[in-house]
Amino acid sequence: MKNYPVCALALAALVGGSAMAQAAGRDTISIVGSSTVYPFATVVAERFGRSTGFKTPKIESTGSGGGLKLFCKGVGANTPDITNSSRRIKQSEYDDCQANGVTDIVEVLIGYDGIALANSVQAPTFKLSLKDVYLALAKDIPGPDGKLIANPYQTWNEIDPVLPATKIEVLGPPPTSGTRDAFAELAMGGGAAQIPALKALRGLSADQAVEIKAAMAALGLPAGVYQALLEKDGKAPKGEQLFDTIAYAVREDGAYIEAGENDNLIVQKLAANPNAVGIFGYSFLEENGDKVHGSIIDGVVPTFDSISSGDYPVSRPLYFYIKAAHVGKIPGIQEYAVEFTSQKAMGEDGYLPDKGLIPLAEEDLMQVEANVKSLVPLNM
Amino acid sequence: MSKQSSSRASAAIRASLKKRYARERRFQWYGRLAVLIGFVFLFILLADIVSKGTPAFTQHYIRVSVELEPDVLGIERDATRDQIFNANYLGAIRASLRAMFPDVTGRKEKQQLYRLLSIGAEYNLRDMVLKNPGLIGHTSEIWLRAHAEAGSYLKGQVTADLPESDRKVKDMQVAWLDQLRAQGRTESRFNTTFFTQGDSREPEMAGIRVALYGSFFTLLVTFAIAFPIGVSAAVYLEEFAPRNRLTDLIEININNLAAVPSIVFGLLGLAVFINFFELPRSAPLVGGIVLSLMTLPTIIITSRAAIQAVSPSIRQAALGVGASRLQTVTHHVLPVAMPGILTGSIIGMAQALGESAPLLMIGMVAFIMDAPAGVTDPSTVLPVQIFLWADSPERGFTEKTSAAIMVLMGFLILMNGLAVYLRRHFEKK
Repeated sequence: MKNYPVCALALAALVGGSAMAQAAGRDTISIVGSSTVYPFATVVAERFGRSTGFKTPKIESTGSGGGLKLFCKGVGANTPDITNSSRRIKQSEYDDCQANGVTDIVEVLIGYDGIALANSVQAPTFKLSLKDVYLALAKDIPGPDGKLIANPYQTWNEIDPVLPATKIEVLGPPPTSGTRDAFAELAMGGGAAQIPALKALRGLSADQAVEIKAAMAALGLPAGVYQALLEKDGKAPKGEQLFDTIAYAVREDGAYIEAGENDNLIVQKLAANPNAVGIFGYSFLEENGDKVHGSIIDGVVPTFDSISSGDYPVSRPLYFYIKAAHVGKIPGIQEYAVEFTSQKAMGEDGYLPDKGLIPLAEEDLMQVEANVKSLVPLNM
Repeated sequence: MSKQSSSRASAAIRASLKKRYARERRFQWYGRLAVLIGFVFLFILLADIVSKGTPAFTQHYIRVSVELEPDVLGIERDATRDQIFNANYLGAIRASLRAMFPDVTGRKEKQQLYRLLSIGAEYNLRDMVLKNPGLIGHTSEIWLRAHAEAGSYLKGQVTADLPESDRKVKDMQVAWLDQLRAQGRTESRFNTTFFTQGDSREPEMAGIRVALYGSFFTLLVTFAIAFPIGVSAAVYLEEFAPRNRLTDLIEININNLAAVPSIVFGLLGLAVFINFFELPRSAPLVGGIVLSLMTLPTIIITSRAAIQAVSPSIRQAALGVGASRLQTVTHHVLPVAMPGILTGSIIGMAQALGESAPLLMIGMVAFIMDAPAGVTDPSTVLPVQIFLWADSPERGFTEKTSAAIMVLMGFLILMNGLAVYLRRHFEKK
């Protein structure tokens, strides 16, 4: 019994000792970032680990913003080498990176993620504009006098007489889903930006507090909202933040039905109910072409080509960013990036499109491959 | 007291006695019902997990005659090890499949045919050839891992009765699989991969090795920190500390700490150990420290109870024959209290083993394939692996999730059983 403390001390010494030995360097690539890119990055990492002599990279799913924050914290074994992102790096994040000594960042565009609005093949194809989408699904919309009112629209033809006279019934993902975030930002935000009063609000910067408050008064928003944002962030909010809260709020009166994270379930419900419209990732539209067809949005049909060319408005680019300072220090970073951007992975017949990634056009892919090989840093 | 009034009283007692007995019987029945309900729920949970998880312990293989000609593999006859490592095994496997089903021509049909086999089949084949380079230049019958979707059909989880659109295995694949089965080219084996491999994006190649190692290292760190600190604190507070306001305050705080939600410890770990001390992310070292903070109160409280339970006569006898206070504690009190202390510690460790929330904050929720070699290598733990798999879109991960839960529960039962054994064993002494 006397030996217990001795054993414990020995254990502690062992633990401490190996910690010292490790702190010096790291031989596993550390990747953080977007949960949308995570399924693609893990597939590449697995193949990379199995088919080369390098260790398999470690990939955390932290979200795009969280990933960039960790990435920009500095240079050294304690910071990630690569961050995945389902949007482009923001100027503020880039500046943050520069300030912390992360000067050379290589941007790698890996493909696109499209979000489709679709309905049953038994019903005619919808032709919508982004503004229609916003007006159909927003919680509050500007009324006739410019003040926000609860969304009054019950049927599609109330929004635009050319649309069918059916009830607005949209099945979509819950707020926890990344698809929902992207849909809110691209479709709802894009539609709201077509309403002049909201567009003006979005353009106001943080130091135009008077203008922001005036715009809010015109929209009938209580001044407390501004104050709440100010207190939450500890700094004056931008017009864009207020725009986001207005534009991204989805109605809760039953017209928008949260159908869970399972996109297959949404497809099944659409097949059973020809009046309903569903929101899901493009890959499910492609897989279920016999049951549902995609709505035409702003005149563009969601297809492989229209998404990869960027014509389809509800699509977003996916990226990862490499910390150039770590290349050569931590083994395998560039090799991993080369594997990711190879024809075998990202090409049209590659294994990533198999998992649902919308690949780049041929010439863009070649450009990206060349960028990765020469590690051209990003300039913003 | 008159005789009459006493007999009236006893009549009243008799009448109420019946009622009281009835009440007790009813109460006992409520108790039995409560136990029964608990058991029913436990049974449903276990039955669900076991029935879903059991298929994960078998893996189907398909026997393919693979032509390992150098020109198919794209290598020279006297290839070096490096060349063999990088040879085109995928091409060889696909060519063999085409040769077995020569009437498959269309691009889509071919893709479906290739999907019968796991993506990992080429790596398995590579490892086989690396071990035995003599295979090059010959055509051999080789058992290759089946794809999870094909496996689910072979296991009978998916039947051809379902409409084709509702299942992942398409009609053509069903026909091929039936044909292969009739030829004796399919086989079910125990799934060793589940224990010898790390995480994977393909269900048929995913395993819990990284999680097992990670859990082991994490618990090692937790024990190394929480046990000595917890026991020392308990001994000091029980045997040496004066009873005053300060020690009362400490006691209240320790009890409070035991009830703090575990995610709070994760936030603390992120702020202090990773951001301030710059310890590596995703490492069992940080996970262990965080979990030791979480289990410390449990260990202190149970150890104090165990020390308190040691009869004062033992202390008095020791002091009486001239032992110092330290000798009394280390030679007499601690050995007697040890079973209780160990029981408490093991239960604390079992708690730590099942914890995932605090580890979310310190980066242990990650895709990791290579098993950690020490406490600073990135790794996950069992509950986190379960969380990751439960979230995966591929159907095959459902059974892996349940199987991992079975393994985790097995360890918990083992640890709790050990605690019970220690208590029984030492109490007899």
